[in-house]
Amino acid sequence: MTPVLSPPDRRAVHAGRFSGTVSLRSMLVGAAGLVLTVIVTVLGIGHGSFTIAPGEVLDTLLGGGTAAQRLIVLDLRLPRILTALLVGAALAVSGALTQTFARNPLASPDVLGVTHGASLGAVAVIVLGGGAAAGLVPIAALAGALITAALVYVLAWRRGVDGFRLVLVGIGVGEVVTAGVSWFLVRAEVVDATRATIWLNGSVAGAEWDQVRPLALGLAVLLPLAVATTFTLQALQFDDDVAQSLGVRLQTARLAVVLTAVALAAAAVAAAGPIEFVAFVVPQVALRLCGGSRPPLVVSAILGALLVIVADLAARLALPERELPVGLVTAMVGAPYLLWLLIRTNRRVSA
Amino acid sequence: MTGSRLRARGLRLAYGDDVVVDGLDLDVPDGAVTAVVGPNGCGKSTMLRALGRLHPPRAGEVLLDGRRIDRIPTREVARVIGLLPQSPVAPDGLTVADLVMRGRHPHQNWFRQWSPADQQVVAEALEWTGLRDLAARPVDTLSGGQRQRAWISMAVAQGTEIMLLDEPTTYLDLTHQIDVLDLVSRLHRERGRTIVMVLHDLNLAARYADRVVAMRDGRIVAQGPPAEVFTVELLADVFGLAALVIPDPATGTPLVVPLPRNNVVPPGQTPGHG
Repeated sequence: MTPVLSPPDRRAVHAGRFSGTVSLRSMLVGAAGLVLTVIVTVLGIGHGSFTIAPGEVLDTLLGGGTAAQRLIVLDLRLPRILTALLVGAALAVSGALTQTFARNPLASPDVLGVTHGASLGAVAVIVLGGGAAAGLVPIAALAGALITAALVYVLAWRRGVDGFRLVLVGIGVGEVVTAGVSWFLVRAEVVDATRATIWLNGSVAGAEWDQVRPLALGLAVLLPLAVATTFTLQALQFDDDVAQSLGVRLQTARLAVVLTAVALAAAAVAAAGPIEFVAFVVPQVALRLCGGSRPPLVVSAILGALLVIVADLAARLALPERELPVGLVTAMVGAPYLLWLLIRTNRRVSA
Repeated sequence: MTGSRLRARGLRLAYGDDVVVDGLDLDVPDGAVTAVVGPNGCGKSTMLRALGRLHPPRAGEVLLDGRRIDRIPTREVARVIGLLPQSPVAPDGLTVADLVMRGRHPHQNWFRQWSPADQQVVAEALEWTGLRDLAARPVDTLSGGQRQRAWISMAVAQGTEIMLLDEPTTYLDLTHQIDVLDLVSRLHRERGRTIVMVLHDLNLAARYADRVVAMRDGRIVAQGPPAEVFTVELLADVFGLAALVIPDPATGTPLVVPLPRNNVVPPGQTPGHG
């Protein structure tokens, strides 16, 4: 007789040499999220000054459509939608990794210095370089993010890095870097300051294939890497003594997780600016929908992509002639939802 | 005594400038239950952590099968030595089954995260520790006794020959202390595990251990079978405790009966003035 293993909603899965367990609830949530994402993607591509019906959007994506439809769908709207999807997935997974290894549901890549560092890099180039340096903004953001994250990691090092100290140092460094951003904004020309502010609110408007390709390439490497760290993450969730007793090399494991989280967030911020709340809210939403002890990575990726394209579509529907930055919408949509979840969970526990 | 896979030689352990253990030698007898006793702050927990390679020594070495433990890959050590800290913390929402499943970590790798063998071992560990009905419960909703049982179940699933337990009975009422120690005792008897545990209750140590190691100020003061270690002189020396030692009516092992201090105060004097 095969022994029954609880919880019963877990299934063993095999794929080639890989074997692991997956919870049924996560698979259901993930599948539902994927379906919704596809629907919103089609609607999002169809919506605009020149509306295209969902059937025609699908037809065009699959290789059909008129020349005009192909231009609008493939060259003008698809890069923007893809950027939104990829950025959302990257931020959400980065947040899930950070919250798990820091053992803190309030942690997000912001506390690793990524967002603030990217902002400083981008704003510096916008203000100092003016309009001519626009192409350099993503590179400056990426460099700012990576340098600041490295600085946080080094400053937090004292015979190893622990999650709590990393968060504290990250918040401190973040404040200093934010002061730098303010300094650039104050001494900037009005035009540059406006462009910088738009960038700081996070936007996927005007994204082109040149930005999508490196982002997609980066995520093609980083997302599988993130899923591979799941194995170590499970043990890192315990206190250090237990994790080490289970055979985890703490510093190596932590560095691998931090590097992956930083790279994902940096890639996303460089492409679209800091899109608030995705990295913070989505993992917690995914955790509450799927149950378990840590935010599920794959479901987080799907829901992150969904949140950003929904927010982008909402921004375009709300103010058609003057688009809201998508980051504002994610904050407005995501934060109340998280609050609602928290209140509901508290009620259930205290009932 | 058959031998010792795990040994310490000339161990010096410190926190910053505070040396808590110095010049300590210890052979952990294979297949036996060793209890480490001593007053608070005598270095017993630190020694246990060093034996489990969680506290790097300033001097001296811990040897596993004759090799320095810090030179053996940590996953390899994790398949031989399991350590249960004093108050381990499980993440919120983790179920008992999940916790026990994590015990298989040192036997897995990133692409083989689950196997039928793992499934077998985990189901057996749950059954063996009487947790099958609680398997789907989150660990944070369990009582103290059940929780400790769940952690021991995880250590069972880890399948290590040597188990180091740091005060496994802390915060438990007497019934649950006995419950946990019976479980530990069964691990030793039925599964031949080598067990080292730090204990505060001397009488429980005398009952459940084959061998007692008494420590004071970072040194081992006495070691041997409970009957040889728990003497009136040693209790006065190590714990500063005036006590009688009589045979335990239930088991024949030594029973330590502390003498109340007020009773030894001569009549006429106020207690607390001498």
